[in-house]
Amino acid sequence: MPPSDFNLDHVANLARINLTAEEKARFGAQLGDVLGYIALLNEVNVEGVEPTAHAFHVVNVWAEDVPEPGLSVEDALRNAPEKRDNMFVVPKVVE
Amino acid sequence: MSEELNYSTISELSGRLHRREISSVELMQAVIARTREVDGRVRAFNSFDEPDALAQARASDERRAAGKAGPLEGIPVGLKDVISVAGQPLTASSRMLENFVSPYDATVTCRLKAAGALCWGRLNLDEFAMGSSTENSAFGTTSNPWDLARVPGGSSGGSAAAVAAGEAVAALGSDTGGSIRQPAALCGVVGLKPSYGRVSRYGLIAFASSLDQIGPFARSVEDAASVLGVIAGHDPRDSTSVRQDVPDYARGIAELAKSGRRWKIGIPKEYFGEGLDPEVGAAVQAAIAEYRKLGCEIREVSLPHTKYAVGAYYIIATAECSSNLARYDGVRYGHRSKDARDALDIYFKSRAEGFGAEVKRRIILGTYVLSSGYYDAYYLRAQKVRTLIRRDFLDAYREVDAIVTPTAPTPAFLKGEKAASPLAMYLNDIYTIGVNLAGLPGISVPCGFTKAGLPIGLQVIGQPFRETELLAVARAYEERSDWRTRRPGL
Repeated sequence: MPPSDFNLDHVANLARINLTAEEKARFGAQLGDVLGYIALLNEVNVEGVEPTAHAFHVVNVWAEDVPEPGLSVEDALRNAPEKRDNMFVVPKVVE
Repeated sequence: MSEELNYSTISELSGRLHRREISSVELMQAVIARTREVDGRVRAFNSFDEPDALAQARASDERRAAGKAGPLEGIPVGLKDVISVAGQPLTASSRMLENFVSPYDATVTCRLKAAGALCWGRLNLDEFAMGSSTENSAFGTTSNPWDLARVPGGSSGGSAAAVAAGEAVAALGSDTGGSIRQPAALCGVVGLKPSYGRVSRYGLIAFASSLDQIGPFARSVEDAASVLGVIAGHDPRDSTSVRQDVPDYARGIAELAKSGRRWKIGIPKEYFGEGLDPEVGAAVQAAIAEYRKLGCEIREVSLPHTKYAVGAYYIIATAECSSNLARYDGVRYGHRSKDARDALDIYFKSRAEGFGAEVKRRIILGTYVLSSGYYDAYYLRAQKVRTLIRRDFLDAYREVDAIVTPTAPTPAFLKGEKAASPLAMYLNDIYTIGVNLAGLPGISVPCGFTKAGLPIGLQVIGQPFRETELLAVARAYEERSDWRTRRPGL
């Protein structure tokens, strides 16, 4: 069973994905199974345990600020869904 | 050209190329011919570029003639379609990137090219490397060369199948929760996941950045070591790649073999319980018996948090994927919905149309576990469980040199068998996932076949950044077996 407060519509909205009615029904049930399984973690005693974000200690890495050649405008725009005058074209954002 | 060439190892082929018994062009032609012959059935490749491959082969022959042969000179290496090769498609087996062309090379690609290897084809996978069967590919499922009705495993199913079917001499894949080792096991080839940070991830399409690692598929442990030696090493473009020297793996393995070292091998009792197929269990026990015959000390060890690994993984990996895949917004590259009317509409509709079901499910799950009010209950708790899982392994390594387990609980399953239940699919990774959470190196080597003729894999798990020992332990078993001589009846 999914947690009673799992709101698929709300989360899909946060994730910026439209779901069809069929997807909502299917994903709701499937994610319910997964969340039910994940609840197993609640039985672990994690008191005083530090979280691990990376398996090995990572430190901030600084690099010298040396300019290097980057992508050409042509390469950077190569995969653009729509482009014009060396720019990405998008629908009007502000009125 | 005989099938012999298609089933030779890198070391055999390198010798023949070196002695001028064959040319790079002849080898590439044999690989192309084999791919044309079998890939209609296997479907390991999303695409391949024959003229480009032959041009690379000609350039390789010229380098050899000029006395400039690299360590992988003339060897065709397949690449999973999440690894960038400049000027070639990069789809991640997703509609989202169906028409994407890489503007640059991944670091591993640069290193393969610099070593003289021929970058060969774009290999199929589960969309964005999310899955264990390649059934989540938007462009069609790869078949297992040993039984075309079955899956090759995943997510790097195309890489494993291509090597198993003789369509590439070696291949690269990526492993986030078992995506190299599990398909290697199911297809009867060697698959190596290096320690996290050993190989640069620059130019690899990101799934879960704290877990992803690139590694080789090959026909032998020695071949996997050769490829690792080329792709490993620090890269200023990946701040998580480690500043550690890359040893000469081949020499290290040979020295360890000569020393006659008797390895202490740990057998985690939690990996041999419920859910393990009896034929897989028997093959792994037989492999352990071989280690005993070699004079290795076999010890039972305990990894008490094993049963929480899949749960912790599906919180951490989905959280990271929800963040990484936010970049697919339909603005600068990737699929853009034709129906989008405004900026928000571009996001909602492009992502709805561009992503497949499993990717959507994981983004949604990851978004949920990171969302306000749930972070501590899910994500933070999972990270703490990750600490405990990692500690289990490090505790075990105080007693043993390496840990030996089955790679996957079952041999290759039928297409469609687990498609309706994501959870059943996730549990297929139960023996491989802990290794990613702990950042350890792991390898799958063939250890037998079921009565029905399906390959079985043995997983050897090593200590952080001690790939030489890991490879030596795997090689010690491989040397006593002849599974490699079997070929799928394609």
